[in-house]
Amino acid sequence: MEVIKIVGTDDTPSVTLDVANEIFEISGRSLPEDVAVFYEPILDWIDRYSEEATGKTIFNFKLVYFNTASSKMILDILLKLEEMHEAGKDVLIRWHYPEDDEDMEEAGEEYADIVDVPFEQISYSLD
Amino acid sequence: MDGNTFLEFVYSFNDSMESNDVKLVYKGEITHQVTKAFTSLTETNMMVDEEPNSVQKKVFHVIVEFLQNISKHADHLPEEAEKEEGSGVFLLCRNDSNYIITTGNVLQKSKEPVISEILDRINVLDKDGLKELYKQQIKEGKLSDKGGAGLGFIDIAKKTGNPLNYKFIPIADDYSFFMISSTISRTQNFE
Repeated sequence: MEVIKIVGTDDTPSVTLDVANEIFEISGRSLPEDVAVFYEPILDWIDRYSEEATGKTIFNFKLVYFNTASSKMILDILLKLEEMHEAGKDVLIRWHYPEDDEDMEEAGEEYADIVDVPFEQISYSLD
Repeated sequence: MDGNTFLEFVYSFNDSMESNDVKLVYKGEITHQVTKAFTSLTETNMMVDEEPNSVQKKVFHVIVEFLQNISKHADHLPEEAEKEEGSGVFLLCRNDSNYIITTGNVLQKSKEPVISEILDRINVLDKDGLKELYKQQIKEGKLSDKGGAGLGFIDIAKKTGNPLNYKFIPIADDYSFFMISSTISRTQNFE
């Protein structure tokens, strides 16, 4: 599959979707002007990937900020990963949050409540 | 207005901004670029003031959500119907204990009941109630063609721990001026 590699900006996240190197990661800030335009290629890619995935998929979210429009798109990604899990694929979500960021930690807890897929919360230090 | 009267207006305008703790005020079109300019300016100011990270993030979030609501959902009076971008007024106030972020925009009166209903519902809920409402809304609420506003209000109330003050003032037969205000504590522990 083709590799998706998007370099983050001050309002869009960094995205790496790379099957060969087993990297599935969204990080940084997400408040794009048009969330659908930004996230559609990512959702399409995951759709295609879910058909052919064979190994373990560890999907990392390492966001420092996202707006509510992005939060629905993140849920859409998680729902696709949930479908993969339900279809018997080996999927794990890792939700990374800065150790002093209770809102980001809570956002992870809320997503973990909504979707039925293995979900790990990992705190990291900013310095 | 002659030049002298205008300058007197500027003086009293500055004076009333001062007495109401207004640190930043803007009136005009709200675009993505305008939103980015205000979040960036406010972030820089908060860093200089050494605000805690959690306060900075909450203030940033409220600015983003309020301004996005205006850019996506504000209406125009019929005489300005050709305008595409939403426009409104934006104020950032700060006193010793709080940041208060307020926006105002023109809205069709027909939209008032829906907005009042969601805000009245939000304002009586505690943190757990807001979490439940948020989860329900993100699951069921389809992203509208413009991006949906309900989730933004719920999330602001959840993260700030304060109710959203709002008011509609009629300005024409079918239109009101809608104002909404969110308070972020600079001192309280949010838990």
